[in-house]
Amino acid sequence: MDFLVFQYPMITIQACLDGLLLGILFALIAYGMALQWGVMNIINIAQGDLVILGGYIAYFMYLYGIHPAWGVIVSPIIMYFVGIAIYKLVINKVVDRDLFISILATFGISILFMQLMNFAFGADVVLANSGYGTTMLFDNNVVLPNSKIFSAFISIVFAICLVVYMKRSKLGRAIRATAQNARAAKILGVDTEKVYAATFGINAALCGVAGALISITFTIHPYMGLPYTIRSFMIVIVAGLGNLPGVAMSGMGLGIFEEFADYILGTEFRIGSVFLLLVLILVYRRFKLSRKREYLK
Amino acid sequence: MNKNSWILYIGILVFGLFAPFIFPAFKVQLSILCVLIVLATTWNIQGGEMGYNTFGNILFYGLGMYLCASVQVGMFFPLAEWTESGGEKTFVHTPSQFFQGMAAGLVVAAVVPTIVAGLIGYAILGLRGHYFAICTLGLGVAAGEISGGIEIIGAGQGFTTPPFPNIGGLEARGEFFYFLSFGALVLTFIAVRAIYTTRFRLILNAIRDNEDKAEAMGIETMKYKITGWMISAFFCGLAGGIMGGLVGYIDSTDVAFDGREMGVFMVLMAILGGKGTLWGPIIGATLFHFFKEGFWTFFLGWQYVALGVLIVVIVIYFPEGLMGWLREKYPERFGEVVDEADRKAQVELK
Repeated sequence: MDFLVFQYPMITIQACLDGLLLGILFALIAYGMALQWGVMNIINIAQGDLVILGGYIAYFMYLYGIHPAWGVIVSPIIMYFVGIAIYKLVINKVVDRDLFISILATFGISILFMQLMNFAFGADVVLANSGYGTTMLFDNNVVLPNSKIFSAFISIVFAICLVVYMKRSKLGRAIRATAQNARAAKILGVDTEKVYAATFGINAALCGVAGALISITFTIHPYMGLPYTIRSFMIVIVAGLGNLPGVAMSGMGLGIFEEFADYILGTEFRIGSVFLLLVLILVYRRFKLSRKREYLK
Repeated sequence: MNKNSWILYIGILVFGLFAPFIFPAFKVQLSILCVLIVLATTWNIQGGEMGYNTFGNILFYGLGMYLCASVQVGMFFPLAEWTESGGEKTFVHTPSQFFQGMAAGLVVAAVVPTIVAGLIGYAILGLRGHYFAICTLGLGVAAGEISGGIEIIGAGQGFTTPPFPNIGGLEARGEFFYFLSFGALVLTFIAVRAIYTTRFRLILNAIRDNEDKAEAMGIETMKYKITGWMISAFFCGLAGGIMGGLVGYIDSTDVAFDGREMGVFMVLMAILGGKGTLWGPIIGATLFHFFKEGFWTFFLGWQYVALGVLIVVIVIYFPEGLMGWLREKYPERFGEVVDEADRKAQVELK
């Protein structure tokens, strides 16, 4: 345990800023999860593995001498088709079944992806060096890598684009209609099968963007997927489905929590504290709802 | 219970007692099979009978594993020095110390997870459906990550359990652990079978089918849910303790709280056999173990890929499992009265 963080305010500022920038990334992944959860009623355990796969695409561009920032454009395009493929092969068979079936099926996909990535890319922790340098604040006491600022900026741009797209475009409207009532949408001529495929594709593309940004700012490793799934699940249940400001806020809150957990408990408990926080949040909500004799649905 | 099933039980018991002598080369495999059956059967109490699909029984399994080994070491030697010395043993258990430690360790390994299940049950079992599934998944992973950071039980470098005392060599070790796990299996089977003949099972099924209605009928569902989970925890802890001794080495995320392997295996085995039946998980575990051991060597290095594909295929194409399939095919054998005309009509509807 290390309480230096309270005695030395600069560390607090550092942790908060790091957490904010990290949290924006989490919010982007969580938005994808909220989208497909709301539309298809599926919880995708493989979400984090899609993120990592997107990260590897950017990393490979970096290996071949292309600046990894271009991964932000390339990775979502590839991931969109990966998402469509997963939908066609597996997800469309579990869409209207019991939720546990979809959890287990996507858990299987997650294990599959994890291991395939392990074979294809090796078990090393890698990062794509963007060479953006750092920004110093407060008399050089707070160090912010420019890549983190870049990634937060790109995340916000993508989130805004997506919101506008969902509001204005025909497909966006079809997706929202399906989320509200799939049956009614079908009757009114929406091809829900297509909408589902597109939703899953968009979700995978968002994961691709987030993954590319993570490979620039942090590190990626084939087995790092599950924590991202749990984080986005946590953000979604705190914020609720279809509440974008809420998703952004709780994403940033989670980011700050993680940075502080890292400083106070030590890095080895970082992931553990995320999972424990999930349990605590669920239990808290369960007790809050049970006062009104309700339960989480 | 009729005459046929008695013959079946006695036949299996006799086979179980003589199996290590008939197949001396497969003693370890048979012990693991027993542990797997215990895990699948106890998972079935939650997932099959109660409708609470948990990924969290691995928590009790891992807890039991660590507790049993810690007690076995801690009773006679300082635990911290033991884990620090790692593989090179500075302390050696005498045979009597080993067996005493194992007995005490197994008792602790069974009892403590039961208490833990009782304590967290009220909070966790209030969640429903997928929230429960994800929450228990989080519990299992959190336990693995946190135990990987605790120094006294070996942290990242792992924990070597006390080696089997030098009496009778490898044969005696295999037989000891086989009979231990077979004993656990028999105990589990008797307990679960006894539970399934009582009203308790009906209540669990009522919770699965419609919890709100069950509550409205005056059943204190929470009490029964917690009891069910505690029963699972007891046997999971016991299985974990035995498995720890059998493997001989405990690692936080790869052996004890191994959500990626054992945590999924127990779900998969129960689903493969057919959840919500007494024999389903047993058959499922046996099939799964045969498949795994038979084909794992073919997929050398690709086991997890095969596992992922297997999960997806079973879940999508075989969600009712073997028993569910048999039940649909031969409903009369399961004691269901079938109106032939009605059945034909249903077939036509399909």
